[in-house]
Amino acid sequence: MTTAAFWILAVLAVAGGVMVFRFDSMARATFSLLTALLCVGGELIVLGLEYLGIVTVLMMTIEMAIMAVFMIMFMMNPAGLMPMTMVHNKRGAAALCVTAFVLLVAGILLAPWPRRRGRAPADPTTDLGMALMGPQMLTMMTLGMALFATIVATVVLATRRGRYERYGDDLRATRPDDPVRGGVGR
Amino acid sequence: MAETAPLWAAVVLPVALVLVAWAAASVDARSAGLGRAVLRLLVQQRRLTRAADVLLVRVGTTLLPVAAVLAAVVLPLGFRSVSDLPDGIVWFNAMEALAWAAVWLTGWGPNSALSLIGGYRFLAQGLAYELPHMLAITTAALGAESLRVGALVDAQAGLWFAVWMPVAFGVYLLSALAMAFWGPFDQPVGTDVAGGAASELAGVDRLLFLGGRWLLFVVAAAFSVPLFLGGGQGPFLPAWAWTVLKTAAVLGLLMWARRRVPTVRMERYVELAWVVLTPLAVAQALVVAVVVLGR
Repeated sequence: MTTAAFWILAVLAVAGGVMVFRFDSMARATFSLLTALLCVGGELIVLGLEYLGIVTVLMMTIEMAIMAVFMIMFMMNPAGLMPMTMVHNKRGAAALCVTAFVLLVAGILLAPWPRRRGRAPADPTTDLGMALMGPQMLTMMTLGMALFATIVATVVLATRRGRYERYGDDLRATRPDDPVRGGVGR
Repeated sequence: MAETAPLWAAVVLPVALVLVAWAAASVDARSAGLGRAVLRLLVQQRRLTRAADVLLVRVGTTLLPVAAVLAAVVLPLGFRSVSDLPDGIVWFNAMEALAWAAVWLTGWGPNSALSLIGGYRFLAQGLAYELPHMLAITTAALGAESLRVGALVDAQAGLWFAVWMPVAFGVYLLSALAMAFWGPFDQPVGTDVAGGAASELAGVDRLLFLGGRWLLFVVAAAFSVPLFLGGGQGPFLPAWAWTVLKTAAVLGLLMWARRRVPTVRMERYVELAWVVLTPLAVAQALVVAVVVLGR
Protein backbone atom coordinates (compact mmCIF):
# COMPACT_ATOMS: atom_id res chain seq x y z
CA MET A 1 0.00 0.00 0.00
CA THR A 2 2.68 2.47 1.09
CA THR A 3 4.96 1.32 -1.71
CA ALA A 4 2.18 1.72 -4.27
CA ALA A 5 1.36 5.22 -2.99
CA PHE A 6 5.05 6.12 -3.11
CA TRP A 7 5.43 5.03 -6.73
CA ILE A 8 2.16 6.57 -7.93
CA LEU A 9 3.07 9.91 -6.35
CA ALA A 10 6.64 9.66 -7.67
CA VAL A 11 5.49 9.04 -11.24
CA LEU A 12 2.90 11.85 -10.99
CA ALA A 13 5.53 14.24 -9.61
CA VAL A 14 7.98 13.50 -12.42
CA ALA A 15 5.21 13.66 -15.03
CA GLY A 16 4.09 17.04 -13.65
CA GLY A 17 7.70 18.24 -13.79
CA VAL A 18 8.08 17.11 -17.41
CA MET A 19 4.80 18.73 -18.42
CA VAL A 20 6.07 22.11 -17.16
CA PHE A 21 8.35 22.13 -20.20
CA ARG A 22 5.83 20.63 -22.60
CA PHE A 23 2.85 22.96 -22.04
CA ASP A 24 2.65 26.02 -24.25
CA SER A 25 0.69 28.06 -21.69
CA MET A 26 2.24 29.80 -18.72
CA ALA A 27 -0.79 29.13 -16.50
CA ARG A 28 -0.71 25.42 -17.31
CA ALA A 29 3.04 25.24 -16.77
CA THR A 30 2.72 26.94 -13.37
CA PHE A 31 -0.01 24.64 -12.14
CA SER A 32 1.69 21.58 -13.58
CA LEU A 33 4.65 22.54 -11.41
CA LEU A 34 2.26 22.91 -8.47
CA THR A 35 0.93 19.39 -9.15
CA ALA A 36 4.49 18.05 -9.06
CA LEU A 37 5.20 19.88 -5.78
CA LEU A 38 1.93 18.66 -4.19
CA CYS A 39 2.96 15.11 -5.10
CA VAL A 40 6.30 15.72 -3.38
CA GLY A 41 4.34 16.85 -0.30
CA GLY A 42 2.37 13.61 -0.55
CA GLU A 43 5.65 11.66 -0.71
CA LEU A 44 6.78 13.26 2.54
CA ILE A 45 3.49 12.21 4.19
CA VAL A 46 3.92 8.67 2.85
CA LEU A 47 7.45 8.59 4.30
CA GLY A 48 6.04 9.40 7.75
CA LEU A 49 6.96 13.10 7.85
CA GLU A 50 3.34 14.26 8.10
CA TYR A 51 4.00 17.77 9.33
CA LEU A 52 6.62 18.52 6.69
CA GLY A 53 4.39 17.06 3.98
CA ILE A 54 1.34 19.13 4.93
CA VAL A 55 3.43 22.29 5.32
CA THR A 56 4.91 21.66 1.87
CA VAL A 57 1.38 21.44 0.43
CA LEU A 58 0.37 24.65 2.23
CA MET A 59 3.43 26.68 1.26
CA MET A 60 3.66 25.46 -2.32
CA THR A 61 -0.04 26.13 -3.04
CA ILE A 62 0.17 29.74 -1.86
CA GLU A 63 3.59 30.24 -3.40
CA MET A 64 2.62 28.94 -6.82
CA ALA A 65 -0.62 30.95 -6.81
CA ILE A 66 1.44 34.12 -6.25
CA MET A 67 4.13 32.89 -8.62
CA ALA A 68 1.53 32.50 -11.38
CA VAL A 69 0.93 36.25 -11.20
CA PHE A 70 4.62 37.04 -11.64
CA MET A 71 5.33 34.39 -14.25
CA ILE A 72 2.46 35.65 -16.38
CA MET A 73 3.43 39.27 -15.76
CA PHE A 74 6.93 38.78 -17.19
CA MET A 75 6.04 36.41 -20.02
CA MET A 76 5.65 37.90 -23.48
CA ASN A 77 3.00 35.38 -24.48
CA PRO A 78 1.27 34.28 -21.31
CA ALA A 79 -1.92 32.75 -22.60
CA GLY A 80 -0.40 30.21 -24.94
CA LEU A 81 -2.26 31.64 -27.92
CA MET A 82 1.00 31.49 -29.84
CA PRO A 83 3.59 28.75 -29.33
CA MET A 84 5.41 29.41 -26.08
CA THR A 85 8.08 27.35 -24.45
CA MET A 86 9.72 27.30 -21.06
CA VAL A 87 12.97 26.11 -22.67
CA HIS A 88 15.50 28.47 -24.21
CA ASN A 89 18.83 27.43 -25.73
CA LYS A 90 17.41 23.98 -26.33
CA ARG A 91 20.61 22.09 -27.13
CA GLY A 92 22.59 23.53 -24.24
CA ALA A 93 19.68 23.00 -21.85
CA ALA A 94 19.27 19.39 -22.95
CA ALA A 95 23.01 18.72 -22.56
CA LEU A 96 23.01 20.29 -19.07
CA CYS A 97 19.92 18.35 -18.00
CA VAL A 98 21.26 15.01 -19.19
CA THR A 99 24.63 15.64 -17.52
CA ALA A 100 23.00 16.64 -14.24
CA PHE A 101 20.66 13.62 -14.36
CA VAL A 102 23.50 11.18 -15.09
CA LEU A 103 25.61 12.68 -12.30
CA LEU A 104 22.76 12.46 -9.77
CA VAL A 105 21.86 8.88 -10.70
CA ALA A 106 25.53 7.88 -10.57
CA GLY A 107 25.76 9.52 -7.15
CA ILE A 108 22.69 7.63 -5.90
CA LEU A 109 23.94 4.30 -7.17
CA LEU A 110 27.61 4.64 -6.31
CA ALA A 111 27.54 6.49 -2.96
CA PRO A 112 28.29 4.27 0.05
CA TRP A 113 25.06 4.97 1.94
CA PRO A 114 25.36 4.48 5.71
CA ARG A 115 23.22 1.80 7.31
CA ARG A 116 20.48 3.00 9.65
CA ARG A 117 21.62 3.19 13.25
CA GLY A 118 18.93 2.96 15.90
CA ARG A 119 15.25 3.27 15.07
CA ALA A 120 13.13 6.07 13.62
CA PRO A 121 11.91 8.44 16.36
CA ALA A 122 8.26 8.26 17.36
CA ASP A 123 7.71 11.88 16.35
CA PRO A 124 10.21 12.97 13.68
CA THR A 125 8.68 16.47 13.57
CA THR A 126 9.64 17.19 17.18
CA ASP A 127 13.17 15.91 16.57
CA LEU A 128 13.50 18.03 13.46
CA GLY A 129 12.24 21.08 15.35
CA MET A 130 14.72 20.47 18.16
CA ALA A 131 17.56 19.95 15.67
CA LEU A 132 16.71 23.20 13.88
CA MET A 133 15.65 25.36 16.78
CA GLY A 134 17.44 23.82 19.77
CA PRO A 135 21.18 24.43 19.52
CA GLN A 136 20.87 26.62 16.38
CA MET A 137 18.27 29.06 17.69
CA LEU A 138 20.57 32.07 17.36
CA THR A 139 21.49 31.14 13.78
CA MET A 140 17.84 30.72 12.81
CA MET A 141 16.82 34.01 14.44
CA THR A 142 19.64 35.86 12.67
CA LEU A 143 18.74 34.19 9.39
CA GLY A 144 15.08 35.12 9.83
CA MET A 145 15.92 38.76 10.53
CA ALA A 146 18.32 38.89 7.55
CA LEU A 147 15.67 37.49 5.23
CA PHE A 148 13.05 39.87 6.58
CA ALA A 149 15.41 42.85 6.20
CA THR A 150 16.07 41.77 2.61
CA ILE A 151 12.34 41.69 1.86
CA VAL A 152 11.78 45.14 3.38
CA ALA A 153 14.82 46.57 1.56
CA THR A 154 13.65 45.13 -1.76
CA VAL A 155 10.20 46.61 -1.35
CA VAL A 156 11.64 50.00 -0.35
CA LEU A 157 13.92 50.00 -3.40
CA ALA A 158 11.16 48.87 -5.75
CA THR A 159 8.36 51.16 -4.58
CA ARG A 160 7.66 54.13 -6.77
CA ARG A 161 5.90 56.20 -4.17
CA GLY A 162 7.57 56.84 -0.86
CA ARG A 163 6.71 59.17 2.02
CA TYR A 164 7.87 62.27 0.09
CA GLU A 165 5.34 61.54 -2.63
CA ARG A 166 2.65 60.95 -0.03
CA TYR A 167 3.31 63.78 2.43
CA GLY A 168 5.14 66.36 0.25
CA ASP A 169 8.81 67.39 0.15
CA ASP A 170 8.81 68.69 3.72
CA LEU A 171 6.58 65.85 4.98
CA ARG A 172 4.14 68.47 6.30
CA ALA A 173 0.94 67.47 4.46
CA THR A 174 -1.87 66.56 6.84
CA ARG A 175 -3.47 64.12 4.43
CA PRO A 176 -1.35 61.76 2.34
CA ASP A 177 -1.75 62.10 -1.41
CA ASP A 178 -2.65 58.55 -2.45
CA PRO A 179 -3.96 57.27 -5.80
CA VAL A 180 -6.49 55.11 -3.94
CA ARG A 181 -8.57 56.70 -1.20
CA GLY A 182 -9.50 54.87 1.94
CA GLY A 183 -7.66 52.47 4.20
CA VAL A 184 -6.42 52.94 7.71
CA GLY A 185 -6.55 56.47 9.12
CA ARG A 186 -7.73 58.17 5.94
CA MET B 1 -11.21 12.23 24.43
CA ALA B 2 -11.15 12.54 20.64
CA GLU B 3 -11.91 9.36 18.73
CA THR B 4 -11.72 8.53 15.08
CA ALA B 5 -15.06 7.87 13.44
CA PRO B 6 -15.77 4.65 11.51
CA LEU B 7 -14.89 4.46 7.83
CA TRP B 8 -18.41 5.16 6.56
CA ALA B 9 -18.14 8.63 8.08
CA ALA B 10 -15.91 9.57 5.13
CA VAL B 11 -18.89 8.96 2.82
CA VAL B 12 -21.38 10.71 5.10
CA LEU B 13 -19.17 13.80 5.57
CA PRO B 14 -19.69 15.40 2.12
CA VAL B 15 -23.43 14.66 2.25
CA ALA B 16 -23.74 16.23 5.71
CA LEU B 17 -21.74 19.27 4.58
CA VAL B 18 -23.95 19.73 1.54
CA LEU B 19 -27.07 19.51 3.73
CA VAL B 20 -25.74 22.13 6.16
CA ALA B 21 -24.67 24.38 3.28
CA TRP B 22 -28.11 23.91 1.69
CA ALA B 23 -29.85 24.90 4.91
CA ALA B 24 -27.57 27.91 5.40
CA ALA B 25 -28.06 29.06 1.81
CA SER B 26 -31.85 28.71 2.14
CA VAL B 27 -31.86 30.77 5.33
CA ASP B 28 -29.57 33.36 3.76
CA ALA B 29 -31.75 33.66 0.65
CA ARG B 30 -34.88 33.58 2.86
CA SER B 31 -36.51 31.21 0.41
CA ALA B 32 -37.16 27.50 0.04
CA GLY B 33 -36.71 27.64 -3.72
CA LEU B 34 -33.06 26.65 -3.71
CA GLY B 35 -33.79 23.23 -5.21
CA ARG B 36 -35.28 24.81 -8.31
CA ALA B 37 -32.19 26.96 -8.82
CA VAL B 38 -29.92 23.94 -8.43
CA LEU B 39 -32.00 21.89 -10.88
CA ARG B 40 -31.92 24.72 -13.38
CA LEU B 41 -28.12 24.85 -13.16
CA LEU B 42 -27.94 21.08 -13.58
CA VAL B 43 -29.84 21.09 -16.88
CA GLN B 44 -28.33 24.34 -18.14
CA GLN B 45 -25.70 24.13 -20.86
CA ARG B 46 -22.12 24.99 -20.06
CA ARG B 47 -20.94 28.27 -21.48
CA LEU B 48 -18.00 28.05 -23.86
CA THR B 49 -15.90 31.14 -24.40
CA ARG B 50 -13.49 31.65 -27.26
CA ALA B 51 -9.97 30.24 -26.76
CA ALA B 52 -10.88 29.15 -23.23
CA ASP B 53 -8.57 26.86 -21.31
CA VAL B 54 -11.31 24.34 -20.52
CA LEU B 55 -9.05 22.00 -18.54
CA LEU B 56 -8.03 24.75 -16.12
CA VAL B 57 -11.67 25.85 -15.61
CA ARG B 58 -12.69 22.27 -14.84
CA VAL B 59 -9.79 21.84 -12.41
CA GLY B 60 -10.58 25.16 -10.72
CA THR B 61 -14.33 24.64 -10.32
CA THR B 62 -13.90 21.07 -9.08
CA LEU B 63 -11.05 21.89 -6.72
CA LEU B 64 -13.11 24.35 -4.66
CA PRO B 65 -15.69 21.86 -3.24
CA VAL B 66 -13.01 19.15 -3.01
CA ALA B 67 -10.78 21.43 -0.95
CA ALA B 68 -13.69 22.28 1.36
CA VAL B 69 -14.52 18.60 1.98
CA LEU B 70 -10.85 17.70 2.50
CA ALA B 71 -10.51 20.53 5.03
CA ALA B 72 -13.57 19.14 6.86
CA VAL B 73 -11.84 15.79 7.40
CA VAL B 74 -10.37 17.09 10.67
CA LEU B 75 -13.63 18.76 11.74
CA PRO B 76 -15.03 17.01 14.83
CA LEU B 77 -18.76 16.40 15.30
CA GLY B 78 -18.96 16.12 19.05
CA PHE B 79 -15.62 14.48 19.79
CA ARG B 80 -15.37 12.45 16.60
CA SER B 81 -13.79 13.52 13.34
CA VAL B 82 -13.21 11.47 10.21
CA SER B 83 -9.50 11.62 10.98
CA ASP B 84 -7.96 13.33 14.00
CA LEU B 85 -4.60 13.98 12.34
CA PRO B 86 -1.67 14.89 14.60
CA ASP B 87 -1.24 18.04 12.48
CA GLY B 88 -4.94 18.70 11.95
CA ILE B 89 -4.68 22.48 12.12
CA VAL B 90 -1.96 22.66 9.49
CA TRP B 91 -3.98 20.24 7.35
CA PHE B 92 -7.03 22.53 7.55
CA ASN B 93 -4.91 25.52 6.61
CA ALA B 94 -3.30 23.69 3.67
CA MET B 95 -6.61 22.50 2.25
CA GLU B 96 -8.21 25.91 2.66
CA ALA B 97 -5.24 27.40 0.76
CA LEU B 98 -6.14 25.22 -2.24
CA ALA B 99 -8.99 27.70 -2.76
CA TRP B 100 -6.34 30.21 -3.89
CA ALA B 101 -5.45 27.97 -6.80
CA ALA B 102 -9.09 27.05 -7.46
CA VAL B 103 -10.42 30.62 -7.71
CA TRP B 104 -7.50 31.86 -9.75
CA LEU B 105 -7.78 28.96 -12.22
CA THR B 106 -11.53 29.54 -12.55
CA GLY B 107 -10.88 33.21 -13.21
CA TRP B 108 -8.07 32.59 -15.70
CA GLY B 109 -9.53 29.70 -17.67
CA PRO B 110 -12.45 31.26 -19.57
CA ASN B 111 -10.20 33.82 -21.34
CA SER B 112 -12.45 36.66 -20.21
CA ALA B 113 -11.33 39.97 -18.73
CA LEU B 114 -13.94 40.20 -15.96
CA SER B 115 -13.42 36.68 -14.68
CA LEU B 116 -9.65 37.24 -14.79
CA ILE B 117 -10.07 40.36 -12.62
CA GLY B 118 -12.08 38.25 -10.16
CA GLY B 119 -9.32 35.64 -9.98
CA TYR B 120 -6.63 38.24 -9.32
CA ARG B 121 -8.83 39.93 -6.73
CA PHE B 122 -8.99 36.71 -4.74
CA LEU B 123 -5.19 36.44 -4.68
CA ALA B 124 -4.97 40.02 -3.37
CA GLN B 125 -7.60 39.23 -0.77
CA GLY B 126 -5.74 36.04 0.13
CA LEU B 127 -2.55 38.00 0.77
CA ALA B 128 -4.58 40.25 3.07
CA TYR B 129 -6.35 37.65 5.18
CA GLU B 130 -3.81 34.82 5.31
CA LEU B 131 -1.22 36.48 7.56
CA PRO B 132 -3.51 37.37 10.52
CA HIS B 133 -5.44 34.14 9.87
CA MET B 134 -2.37 31.95 10.32
CA LEU B 135 -1.41 33.86 13.45
CA ALA B 136 -4.93 33.37 14.86
CA ILE B 137 -5.00 29.59 14.37
CA THR B 138 -1.40 29.34 15.61
CA THR B 139 -2.49 31.15 18.77
CA ALA B 140 -5.23 28.57 19.35
CA ALA B 141 -2.73 25.74 18.80
CA LEU B 142 -0.32 27.46 21.18
CA GLY B 143 -3.01 27.60 23.86
CA ALA B 144 -3.51 23.83 23.62
CA GLU B 145 0.21 23.15 22.98
CA SER B 146 -0.83 20.83 20.18
CA LEU B 147 -1.67 20.87 16.48
CA ARG B 148 -4.23 18.10 16.97
CA VAL B 149 -7.80 19.36 16.77
CA GLY B 150 -8.92 16.82 19.40
CA ALA B 151 -6.33 18.17 21.83
CA LEU B 152 -7.62 21.69 21.21
CA VAL B 153 -11.14 20.65 22.16
CA ASP B 154 -9.84 18.87 25.28
CA ALA B 155 -7.86 21.96 26.30
CA GLN B 156 -11.11 23.97 26.33
CA ALA B 157 -12.89 21.75 28.85
CA GLY B 158 -12.72 24.59 31.38
CA LEU B 159 -12.48 27.89 29.57
CA TRP B 160 -13.22 28.46 25.90
CA PHE B 161 -10.37 29.93 23.87
CA ALA B 162 -12.80 32.55 22.56
CA VAL B 163 -12.96 33.96 26.10
CA TRP B 164 -9.26 34.42 26.73
CA MET B 165 -8.16 34.90 23.09
CA PRO B 166 -10.91 37.21 21.84
CA VAL B 167 -8.67 38.94 19.28
CA ALA B 168 -7.65 35.66 17.66
CA PHE B 169 -11.30 34.61 17.55
CA GLY B 170 -12.37 37.85 15.90
CA VAL B 171 -9.54 37.65 13.36
CA TYR B 172 -10.50 34.06 12.61
CA LEU B 173 -14.13 34.99 11.93
CA LEU B 174 -13.01 37.77 9.56
CA SER B 175 -10.70 35.43 7.67
CA ALA B 176 -13.42 32.76 7.53
CA LEU B 177 -15.52 35.26 5.58
CA ALA B 178 -12.55 36.30 3.43
CA MET B 179 -11.39 32.78 2.57
CA ALA B 180 -14.89 31.90 1.34
CA PHE B 181 -14.98 35.28 -0.50
CA TRP B 182 -18.40 35.71 1.02
CA GLY B 183 -20.37 38.54 2.58
CA PRO B 184 -18.34 41.75 2.91
CA PHE B 185 -15.41 40.06 1.12
CA ASP B 186 -17.28 39.02 -2.03
CA GLN B 187 -15.25 41.27 -4.35
CA PRO B 188 -13.68 38.31 -6.25
CA VAL B 189 -17.21 37.49 -7.46
CA GLY B 190 -18.49 41.05 -7.05
CA THR B 191 -21.38 42.50 -9.02
CA ASP B 192 -19.17 45.43 -10.10
CA VAL B 193 -17.25 43.00 -12.34
CA ALA B 194 -20.39 41.13 -13.46
CA GLY B 195 -19.76 38.20 -11.15
CA GLY B 196 -15.95 38.20 -11.30
CA ALA B 197 -14.39 34.75 -11.24
CA ALA B 198 -17.84 33.18 -11.70
CA SER B 199 -18.95 35.50 -14.53
CA GLU B 200 -18.38 33.01 -17.37
CA LEU B 201 -19.57 29.94 -15.50
CA ALA B 202 -22.88 28.31 -16.34
CA GLY B 203 -24.52 24.97 -15.68
CA VAL B 204 -22.64 22.37 -13.67
CA ASP B 205 -19.49 24.50 -13.52
CA ARG B 206 -21.39 27.31 -11.83
CA LEU B 207 -23.09 24.89 -9.44
CA LEU B 208 -19.75 23.35 -8.43
CA PHE B 209 -18.04 26.70 -7.97
CA LEU B 210 -20.76 28.57 -6.09
CA GLY B 211 -21.77 25.41 -4.18
CA GLY B 212 -18.11 24.87 -3.35
CA ARG B 213 -17.96 28.41 -2.01
CA TRP B 214 -20.90 27.65 0.32
CA LEU B 215 -19.20 24.44 1.46
CA LEU B 216 -15.98 26.34 2.15
CA PHE B 217 -17.92 28.99 4.06
CA VAL B 218 -19.69 26.37 6.19
CA VAL B 219 -16.44 24.48 6.88
CA ALA B 220 -14.58 27.68 7.78
CA ALA B 221 -17.36 28.77 10.12
CA ALA B 222 -17.69 25.29 11.64
CA PHE B 223 -13.94 25.06 12.29
CA SER B 224 -14.18 28.05 14.63
CA VAL B 225 -16.14 25.78 17.02
CA PRO B 226 -13.30 23.32 17.85
CA LEU B 227 -10.75 26.15 17.55
CA PHE B 228 -12.30 28.70 19.88
CA LEU B 229 -15.73 27.63 21.15
CA GLY B 230 -14.91 24.41 22.99
CA GLY B 231 -16.09 21.98 20.29
CA GLY B 232 -18.59 19.53 21.73
CA GLN B 233 -18.07 20.67 25.34
CA GLY B 234 -21.23 21.75 27.13
CA PRO B 235 -23.70 20.69 29.83
CA PHE B 236 -26.89 18.57 29.51
CA LEU B 237 -26.96 18.10 25.73
CA PRO B 238 -24.90 15.43 23.91
CA ALA B 239 -21.62 16.54 22.34
CA TRP B 240 -22.84 16.40 18.75
CA ALA B 241 -25.80 18.64 19.61
CA TRP B 242 -23.48 21.24 21.10
CA THR B 243 -21.33 21.17 17.96
CA VAL B 244 -24.39 21.67 15.75
CA LEU B 245 -25.76 24.45 17.97
CA LYS B 246 -22.49 26.35 18.11
CA THR B 247 -21.91 25.95 14.37
CA ALA B 248 -25.42 27.26 13.70
CA ALA B 249 -24.74 30.22 15.99
CA VAL B 250 -21.49 31.11 14.19
CA LEU B 251 -23.16 30.73 10.79
CA GLY B 252 -26.03 32.90 11.98
CA LEU B 253 -23.64 35.58 13.22
CA LEU B 254 -21.72 35.64 9.94
CA MET B 255 -24.90 35.75 7.85
CA TRP B 256 -26.20 38.58 10.00
CA ALA B 257 -22.90 40.40 9.47
CA ARG B 258 -23.28 40.07 5.69
CA ARG B 259 -26.51 42.04 5.83
CA ARG B 260 -25.06 44.69 8.16
CA VAL B 261 -21.57 45.30 6.74
CA PRO B 262 -20.96 46.76 3.29
CA THR B 263 -18.47 45.21 0.89
CA VAL B 264 -14.84 45.79 1.83
CA ARG B 265 -12.51 46.31 -1.12
CA MET B 266 -9.44 44.10 -0.86
CA GLU B 267 -6.93 46.97 -1.13
CA ARG B 268 -8.53 48.52 1.94
CA TYR B 269 -8.58 45.21 3.73
CA VAL B 270 -4.90 44.59 2.93
CA GLU B 271 -4.03 47.78 4.78
CA LEU B 272 -6.31 46.97 7.72
CA ALA B 273 -5.03 43.37 7.87
CA TRP B 274 -1.35 44.26 7.76
CA VAL B 275 -1.32 47.50 9.74
CA VAL B 276 -3.90 46.68 12.42
CA LEU B 277 -4.87 43.00 12.53
CA THR B 278 -1.42 41.42 12.19
CA PRO B 279 0.17 43.38 15.08
CA LEU B 280 -2.95 42.69 17.19
CA ALA B 281 -2.74 38.98 16.38
CA VAL B 282 0.98 38.94 17.25
CA ALA B 283 0.23 40.66 20.56
CA GLN B 284 -2.49 38.09 21.24
CA ALA B 285 -0.07 35.24 20.47
CA LEU B 286 2.46 36.83 22.83
CA VAL B 287 -0.07 37.00 25.67
CA VAL B 288 -1.07 33.37 25.12
CA ALA B 289 2.59 32.29 24.94
CA VAL B 290 3.33 34.00 28.25
CA VAL B 291 0.28 32.35 29.87
CA VAL B 292 1.30 28.94 28.51
CA LEU B 293 4.90 29.37 29.70
CA GLY B 294 3.67 30.36 33.16
CA ARG B 295 1.35 27.33 33.51
